[in-house]
Amino acid sequence: MNITTRKFYYGDIPEESAGGATSAIVKSNETAWPLWEVFIRSKQGLDHKHAGSLHAADAAMAIENARDVYTRRQEGVSLWVVESKYIHASNPDDAESFYEPAADKVYRHPSFYVLPDEIKHM
Amino acid sequence: MNQQINFTLSLADTTLILAQRNSEWCAHGPILEQDIAITNISLDLLGQARNFYQHAAHLIGSPATEDSLAYLRTEREFKNLLITELPNGDWAQTILRQFFFSVYQSLLYTQLLQSKDEQLAAIAEKSLKEITYHIKWSSDWVIRLGDGTAESQQRMYKAIEYLWMYTGEFFIPADYETTDLSAMEREWSLKVKDVFEEAGLIMPEKIFMQQGGKTGNHTEHLGFILAEMQSLQRTYPGAQW
Repeated sequence: MNITTRKFYYGDIPEESAGGATSAIVKSNETAWPLWEVFIRSKQGLDHKHAGSLHAADAAMAIENARDVYTRRQEGVSLWVVESKYIHASNPDDAESFYEPAADKVYRHPSFYVLPDEIKHM
Repeated sequence: MNQQINFTLSLADTTLILAQRNSEWCAHGPILEQDIAITNISLDLLGQARNFYQHAAHLIGSPATEDSLAYLRTEREFKNLLITELPNGDWAQTILRQFFFSVYQSLLYTQLLQSKDEQLAAIAEKSLKEITYHIKWSSDWVIRLGDGTAESQQRMYKAIEYLWMYTGEFFIPADYETTDLSAMEREWSLKVKDVFEEAGLIMPEKIFMQQGGKTGNHTEHLGFILAEMQSLQRTYPGAQW
């Protein structure tokens, strides 16, 4: 991982033309531990839900760290961890074409059926 | 009765002082996640200490309370193991101490389950679940650093050299102890050897072992811990949160 981030303090002043005091190129620490995403199942039968992320050197340490950081207040009975780099996300720029077309298609909701009286909890 | 009180106090003091030492890492851990891990362990130990102090206060009777026993006794009255009062040093020293101690603690508390004192047995049972995790966490670290880089291994050896002479005290019985410590010593060595082997670390030879903590003869470090820990209660007696 060799990511270079630029910090601009006063609006969008480019580094090279800013005064010395604001110059700050933060290089990510090459020896830093990778990032992991943590998923917790709060009780048997429920799904694992995303709880947050943390740093760890490997999967075993990630599980222990997740136990210490995210289950101190009895939040769960099972943990999953996955290295963040293996998660692929949809692009926010695609939001219009991805999600908006569903907005006017109410018939996709199963709300046009007559339910028999015997069926409860629907 | 006196024997029972002293034994309970030794369990309480040992867990309290190690809790206090580990808590020094709070906000100074090598990484946020491990900062929380060591602080959790510190809080587990503090919880155990409170249980033991409450039980001791009950045995002693009024006016002793868990607070008076923790905050108003002097250095010579504390019966904690010497290893718990030693400075944290670097991360290697801290996790190695925790490993040595947790293995000993699990063996001791397993014996306590059979204690005639039902309260002690109950505290031991509750604590063992926590201790099992402390062993897992600390032995993982011993393996990680022992089998890590040249620097991490060298730091482990420095920690071993510093701490080893304080591990003998686990198994030197004080006059208030009735548990069979010699069988525990063998089990302790086997467990430590297992983890050391996996970590690629060599067990030290038999050397002179320090003792005295169990009977109130401490290193120069305990006084400073008590000074910091007790100053508030001693300056404002009876102060409450």
